[in-house]
Amino acid sequence: MLLGRTANGLYWMSRYIERAENMARLVDTGQRLALTRGAETAEEWNSVLSSAGADQAFAAAGRECDQNAVVDFLLRDPANPSSVMSSFETARNNARMVRTALTRETWESLNEAWMSLKRMLAKPVDDRDLPHVLDAIKRETALIRGAFHGTMLRNEIFDFAQLGIFVERADNTARIVDVKYYVLLPSVSWVGSSLDNYQWEAILRSVSAHRSYRWEYDAEYVPTNIADFLLLNQRMPRSLSFCYYNLTQSLRYLAENYGESPGCLARAEKMLARLTGSSISDVFDTGLHEFLGDFIRDNNQLGEEISTHYRFY
Amino acid sequence: MVAFDEMHPAESGLRQPYTAYENWLNQQDPARLREKAADAERVFRRTGITFNVYGQSEAAERLIPFDIVPRIISGSEWRRLTQGIEQRVQALNAFLDDIYHRQEILRAGRIPKELIADNEAFLPEMIGVRPPAGVYTHIIGVDIVRTGEDEFFVLEDNARTPSGVSYMLENRETMMQLFPELFQKVKVLPVENYPQLLRQSLSAVKPSRVTGTPTVAVLTPGIYNSAYFEHAFLADQMGVELVEGQDLRVVDGHVAMRTTQGYKAIDVLYRRVDDSFLDPLTFNPDSALGVPGIMDVYRAGNITIANAPGTGIADDKAIYSYMPEIVEFYTGRRAILGNIPTWRCGEADSLKYVLEHLDELVVKEVHGSGGYGMLVGPAASKKEREAFAAKLKAKPANYIAQPTLSLSTCPILTQKGLAPRHVDLRPFVLVSDRVRIVPGGLTRVALKEGSLVVNSSQGGGTKDTWVLDD
Repeated sequence: MLLGRTANGLYWMSRYIERAENMARLVDTGQRLALTRGAETAEEWNSVLSSAGADQAFAAAGRECDQNAVVDFLLRDPANPSSVMSSFETARNNARMVRTALTRETWESLNEAWMSLKRMLAKPVDDRDLPHVLDAIKRETALIRGAFHGTMLRNEIFDFAQLGIFVERADNTARIVDVKYYVLLPSVSWVGSSLDNYQWEAILRSVSAHRSYRWEYDAEYVPTNIADFLLLNQRMPRSLSFCYYNLTQSLRYLAENYGESPGCLARAEKMLARLTGSSISDVFDTGLHEFLGDFIRDNNQLGEEISTHYRFY
Repeated sequence: MVAFDEMHPAESGLRQPYTAYENWLNQQDPARLREKAADAERVFRRTGITFNVYGQSEAAERLIPFDIVPRIISGSEWRRLTQGIEQRVQALNAFLDDIYHRQEILRAGRIPKELIADNEAFLPEMIGVRPPAGVYTHIIGVDIVRTGEDEFFVLEDNARTPSGVSYMLENRETMMQLFPELFQKVKVLPVENYPQLLRQSLSAVKPSRVTGTPTVAVLTPGIYNSAYFEHAFLADQMGVELVEGQDLRVVDGHVAMRTTQGYKAIDVLYRRVDDSFLDPLTFNPDSALGVPGIMDVYRAGNITIANAPGTGIADDKAIYSYMPEIVEFYTGRRAILGNIPTWRCGEADSLKYVLEHLDELVVKEVHGSGGYGMLVGPAASKKEREAFAAKLKAKPANYIAQPTLSLSTCPILTQKGLAPRHVDLRPFVLVSDRVRIVPGGLTRVALKEGSLVVNSSQGGGTKDTWVLDD
C-alpha cells in the first residue's frame, strides 16, 4: 500500500535529480563549445538554453545572453525552477515528504548533495571553477543514484521513482536532439561538408555518449547513426528507446502488483513499439523534427496519465 | 544559590550513579572527546535531524546542539519517578473524562468553574464524547526538574502533542555509535523499543468495531512543521503511513487515506496537528491541515484520535496550579510528584505578592509555550521588569508566577573541560490499556553558563539520558 502523495513525491524527486544532472551536462557542453569556438558563442548558449527548455524563462528575466548569465541562470537562479539548485531544492523537499519510503542511504546521499551544492553554489561560479563544480554535480547525482539502486527494495516505491527518472530523461534527450535536429538532417549536412565534427561531438557529449558512440558505430560521425544512437539504440542508457523499455517495465510491474491493466501502460507500450518497430530512415521519412515534437507531447501525456491513474493528487 | 550537581555535588565528590562513567571518562583523551563531539554534529546534520525555529527564516534548519556527557539516573531513582508519573497521568485522564462528562470536580468546588468555562483549551465539542477505551491523553511528556537529592518537581504536563521523543532515540543511537565500549562498561536500560511500544499502545485503543490489527497512521502538518522530522521518524519506526490532511477524506463513515489503489480506512490516527486545525467543519474553518468531517467519524466511534481533542484543558498552566488537588481528587492519595509552588496572578493577593517580588520570580503566560512570553525575574533588567509589570497589571489572569528554582546541573563538555549546566527532563509516557514508560527521556540542557532556560528555541541543547540497570 502506498499513498498517492508518496508516489507523487517519489516521481518528482527522481525527475528533479535527473533534471539537475541534465542541466550540468548541458552547461558542460556549452562551455566546451565556447572554448573551441570563441567568436559566435552567444548562439551556442542560446541553443543550450533551448535544450534546457529554459529559453523563454531566460528571455523573461531580461538578461544578456552571455556565458556568465546563462551559466548562472542554469546552475543557481532561484527564479528558474529548473536550475540545478532549484531542482535540488525541489528534489529534497519531495524526498523529505516521502522520507519514510526511502532508505537511510538514499535520503542521506540526497541530503548531503543538497548541503554541498548549497555551499558550492552560494556565490556565482567563477569560470575557473566551473569544470570542478559541474563534476561535483554529476558526482553527487551519481552517488544518489548509486545509493538508490544499491539499497532500495524493488517494489512499487522503486517503480514510481523509476517512472520519474525515465519520463524526465526521455524528455531531456528528445529536447537535446530536437534543438540540433537540423545538424543531423542529411540534406543540410552535405551542404556544409565541413559542418564541424564539434557540433556532433557536442550533442553526444551532452548525453555522455561521445565515447560509447565509437564502440557502437564506426569511428566516423554519421548523422543517421547519431540519431539512431540517441533515439532507437536500446543499449544506450539515455536513448528514447531505453527510457521506454524501462518505463514499460515499471508500469508492467505496477499493473501486475495491483492486478489491473491501466491506460498509461497501454500508451507506454504503444510508444515503445513505435521506437523498436522503426528504423532510423523511417524516422527521417516522417521528418525528424515532427517525430520529436510528437514524442515530447506524448511523453508529457504519459506523465499526466500516470499521475491521474495512480491518484498523485 | 548553589545548584545541586547530579555528578559532582558540591560537598561530597562523586554521586554513585556516575562512578562507572567517571572511571571511563578519566581514561579518555580530552582532545579525542572533543573530536567525538564534532563527529556527533556531523552525524546529526547528515541524517537531517534539524529543527525549524519559528521567526528565523535565515536559519530555517538548525541543529539542536547535542552534548556527549550523559545524564545518569539510578534504577531506584527512576522507580520512584515512574510511580509519581503513573499516578499523575492516571489523574490527568480521569480529570479529562470528568470534565467532559459529569464535572464532579467542579461540583465539589475543588476547581473554580470559570477556569474551565472561560478556557480556550476546553472544547465544548467534546462534551459527552467518550473516546475508544476511555483514554484521552495517550502520549504525555511530563517535564520534571530536580533541585536536590530527593527533590523532583513537575514543571509542566504536556498532554496535547508533546514532541522531542525522536531526539531521545537519536541521542542514544549517536552515543552508541560514538562510544560502543562505554555501553559494555555501564549497563543502561534500553529506550530503542519506544516506537514498538507506541504502536502497541495505539493499537490497544483501537475503535471497538475493529477486530483484527488496526490500521494506524501518523498525521503531520507537513514538511515545513518544526517537528516534521520526528513525525516521519516515528511513522517509519512504527511501520505505519505518514499522512497529511490532503491525503485524507471521510468515505462511508470512515476516515480514509488516498492510496495508489484508492481509499483505505484508518482506525487509529496519531495526530501531530493541533486541535483547532483538526476539522475545518468543527473548528478553524480555514484549516487545510485537517480532515473535514473527522469529528463526526470520531463521535460515531469509528476512529481513535490520539491524543483526543480537548486534552489541552489538562495541561493549561492555570489548571497546572491545581494539579495537587486533581491528583488527590481522582486517586484518593497525595501526589507523589510535587508541583512547583505557583501564584495565580488572577487572584488579588497573589498578584500583589508577584508584583512585589518580580525580581525573584519566573512569570509565564498561561497559554504560552516554548519559553516565549516569559520573564525570568532575576535575569531581567529593571526596565524589562517594569515593562512586564505593566502587561501583568493589564491582564493578570493571563499569568502565573513561580519561584526561580535552582535547577540541578549536569556537566557538559566545553573547550575547557567539564562545566555544570542546568538541566530538566522530559520522560515520555504512553497510556492505553496500561501505562508504558521507556526508561529515560529527553534531557534538555541550558548551554549558556548560569542560564535556566533549556528550550531549544532559546539556545538549549540535549543530552542522552541513562537509567541504570542496577
